[in-house]
Amino acid sequence: MKTNIRTRLIVIIAVLVVFVFGIFRVPHGLSGNALKQAILQNIHLGLDLKGGMHLILQVKVDEAISAETDTDVASIQSDLQRNGIVGATVSKPDPSRADFIQVTGVPADHASDVRSLLESSYSSRFDISPGVGNSWTLTMKPTVESDAKQRALDQAIEVIQSRTNTLGVSEPIIEPYQLGSYQILVELPGVDDLGRVKDVIQSTARLEAHEVMNDQPWPDRQSALQALGGVVPPDAELIQSVPGASSDGSLGEWYELKKIPVWAGTDVRDAQPGHNPNTGEPEVDFYLTNAAGDKFAAWTGANIGKSMAIVLDNRVQEVAIIKGQIRDQGNISGGGITEQRVKDLSMLLRTGALPASIDFLQETTVGPSLGADSIHQGVVASIVGMLAVMIFMLIYYKGAGINADLALFLNLVILLGFMGFSGATLTLPGIAGVILTIGMGVDSNVLIFERIREELRAGKSPSASVDQGFGHAWTTIVDTHVTTIVSAAILFIFGTGPVKGFAVTLTFGLLANLFTAVFVSRVIFDAHLSRKLHGEPISI
Amino acid sequence: MELFHDPKIDWLGKKWYFLAFSLIFSVSGILSILFWHHLPLDVDFRGGTVVRVKFAAAPDADRIRSAIDKAGLKDARIQQPYGPAANNEVLVTLSRSATSESAIDQGRAAIVSSLTQNYASGGQNPGKIDLDNISGSALASWLEQNDPEHFGNSPDAETRYEAQANAVVHYRDAEHSGVIDSVDNLRGVVDPAVLTALQQNAWISGFSVRSVEIVGAQVGKVLQHQAELATLYSLAGMLVYLWFRFELIYGVAAVVACFHDTIITVGAFSLSNQEISLTVIAAILTLIGYSMNDTIVVFDRIRENLRLSRREPLADLVNRSINQTLSRTVLTSGLTFLTVLSLFVFGGEVLRGFSFALVVGILIGTYSSIAVAAPMLVAYQDWRSRRGRAATLPAAKKARV
Repeated sequence: MKTNIRTRLIVIIAVLVVFVFGIFRVPHGLSGNALKQAILQNIHLGLDLKGGMHLILQVKVDEAISAETDTDVASIQSDLQRNGIVGATVSKPDPSRADFIQVTGVPADHASDVRSLLESSYSSRFDISPGVGNSWTLTMKPTVESDAKQRALDQAIEVIQSRTNTLGVSEPIIEPYQLGSYQILVELPGVDDLGRVKDVIQSTARLEAHEVMNDQPWPDRQSALQALGGVVPPDAELIQSVPGASSDGSLGEWYELKKIPVWAGTDVRDAQPGHNPNTGEPEVDFYLTNAAGDKFAAWTGANIGKSMAIVLDNRVQEVAIIKGQIRDQGNISGGGITEQRVKDLSMLLRTGALPASIDFLQETTVGPSLGADSIHQGVVASIVGMLAVMIFMLIYYKGAGINADLALFLNLVILLGFMGFSGATLTLPGIAGVILTIGMGVDSNVLIFERIREELRAGKSPSASVDQGFGHAWTTIVDTHVTTIVSAAILFIFGTGPVKGFAVTLTFGLLANLFTAVFVSRVIFDAHLSRKLHGEPISI
Repeated sequence: MELFHDPKIDWLGKKWYFLAFSLIFSVSGILSILFWHHLPLDVDFRGGTVVRVKFAAAPDADRIRSAIDKAGLKDARIQQPYGPAANNEVLVTLSRSATSESAIDQGRAAIVSSLTQNYASGGQNPGKIDLDNISGSALASWLEQNDPEHFGNSPDAETRYEAQANAVVHYRDAEHSGVIDSVDNLRGVVDPAVLTALQQNAWISGFSVRSVEIVGAQVGKVLQHQAELATLYSLAGMLVYLWFRFELIYGVAAVVACFHDTIITVGAFSLSNQEISLTVIAAILTLIGYSMNDTIVVFDRIRENLRLSRREPLADLVNRSINQTLSRTVLTSGLTFLTVLSLFVFGGEVLRGFSFALVVGILIGTYSSIAVAAPMLVAYQDWRSRRGRAATLPAAKKARV
């Protein structure tokens, strides 16, 4: 009996040591401050305690599909041209359907050529069906479409990750948000500069070069449309410029540009902040990849004398006449661009363009002062609650109350140690979970002690009563833990950030309670009984 | 010490009182949900914008109102949250319709800028920095630019100014709840040269934005749906567990009791016009699990007694079972209630709804396992025997607690 108790005591002390290590690891000192530092280093605090931003973003994946089909339209056009088929138009007739391409006006004598061309090159990605009067419709296959959307989401996540990294955010969470479709959950702890972060995340940073189809810009969209006869040609688009994009520095005019860019965002290899050697004004110098550079050199060489536009996020930044072959360099300046903007923009271009633009669906910001107050209040509530419970147990159960209080204390140590080891996040509702664990954990002791009292009243010996008490209370304790943990599990599955934290602490706490209230409490009783004469009463 | 020594209370004899009590509370809750305050939903579910602002002095609601009206936010609601008035906090709320999906941030920006304008002492502080609302990094770069300590291009200037800025932010956020009373209070917090620069170029607006929550309609709807599902799954999970542990009728009785608790708790939110947030739902789900515990303890004892004495009228047997377990039921719930009460009193504003749900729910949950669940078993058996069938409350196969 004695050695048995000793081994069990050693187990308990070992567990205690391990979990205390989990809470503090190796602190730099034993002063209050050093210990506080150590705890904060090991237990991860949630956004609601540390302060920070929580965002849910919607990736407009349809734009990515639209960009893909735009490229397809261009390549079908050039395929038709190469095969000497003239007179056919390739277009996307329905602006609300990004996945839908139409080929119309095919001359009757070329119909079979067009069909075989479409089927040989495009049938792997599109469902092709003939329409009236030698026309064909291409609808993107659902699997291809969902793959492309998924790719856009993954790319967006990757880009946002590298952007937040350059902001110096520690431990950001950027992952798909499961409750929505093509949405991203972003958590940025400790970030307090809301405006800048939003700018950095939301900028599509899609840099493109377009051929200017009409050298003369219009002051507004209305007059541009008028000049073009009411409709924008299918291969062109109207884009407004930032103020001062053209040489005469006039305000945001509208340009007619070729729709398909010469090169696009993914072709940018590097971008650095710099200064214009002549004026000293800030500018962004960018460099293209080798492949894009070759293409660009060929294109500029063939188009000397024409105008070209640099477009960033659907705004014309600069219009210039091509004076010679350009390989892989360019710059963005003008429009009163500031040093800060140049820095941010270079970073954005380096980290790459977003495949589609992004909307904010939800945005929660907790200031550090609110978080600090919450921690303070949570800790006070925990200590008051715990002391109230402990004092009650001492008064009500006397000697056995000490036992319960020891078990309760160990329960708390294990719970916090577990939080330290597992890297789980402690949120404000999580602190509430700790408090509830204290209240619910002590229930197990009450169940056991009440049963022991009952057995004692029935005239059994102390050691037999203890034995019976633990034995009989066990099923009830399991019941109570199972029902609460089932609730917590459902919360964990359905909950978001802070609520998840609550489910985690409550579950860990109750699991630890099985060990402390049943095993540890029993060992303390046994150790106590072993020093007593047989039949000597215990204090309960 | 003992609270109850061998109690002999006739619980079932009081069942009409219990029924009346339960009906009054659940019906008034339901009536309030239907006709009075409806179901006050938090911004999580309802969508919209909530900006929590803390003021250095007691906030003047009329002044805030007029500042926000000037910004054209006519439907903004200005609330002083519960909790001590000394908190000096105000919640400015915009409805979902005023929170556009495409420019979700607009409402917040308008509220903050209207407050800044109003509190900028009539435009006396152009170009100065507001120490109550500046971020640590912005303050650091401001210091670096103005270089009050004349570090020049010294390589550690950046880190040294960062340390000074962090000291200010720590003083403000960690020690003084986000608002500084006067720039002079920073004496000893920062170097004298920095203090002088701040005294000349900084001002105190007297308010600080402590948290912002903006929820678009889409997310709110999804969360609402999730919360409903979670509550249903929770109740179903309990039913299945009790079915497995006892028999179906026990499970049904326990789930009815839980449902009763949920209705009354939600009703209490409607009656007191408190908002139901995600954390409140978490509290309610926890309650569903917790209030099941007391019910299980009573049921276990009923089943055990059924096995021991088959002749005793069921009503007496249930009474005896409740009395035998009364002490532990009251103790366990009482101790949990103690901790929850501490959470309600000391846990702070953010957790108010959560702890309120637990305070109400634990009281009701304990009451319902004695006054709703057990009498239901008796009522079920009465109903069966009236229809001429044998009393078939299943007994335990072996003794339990």
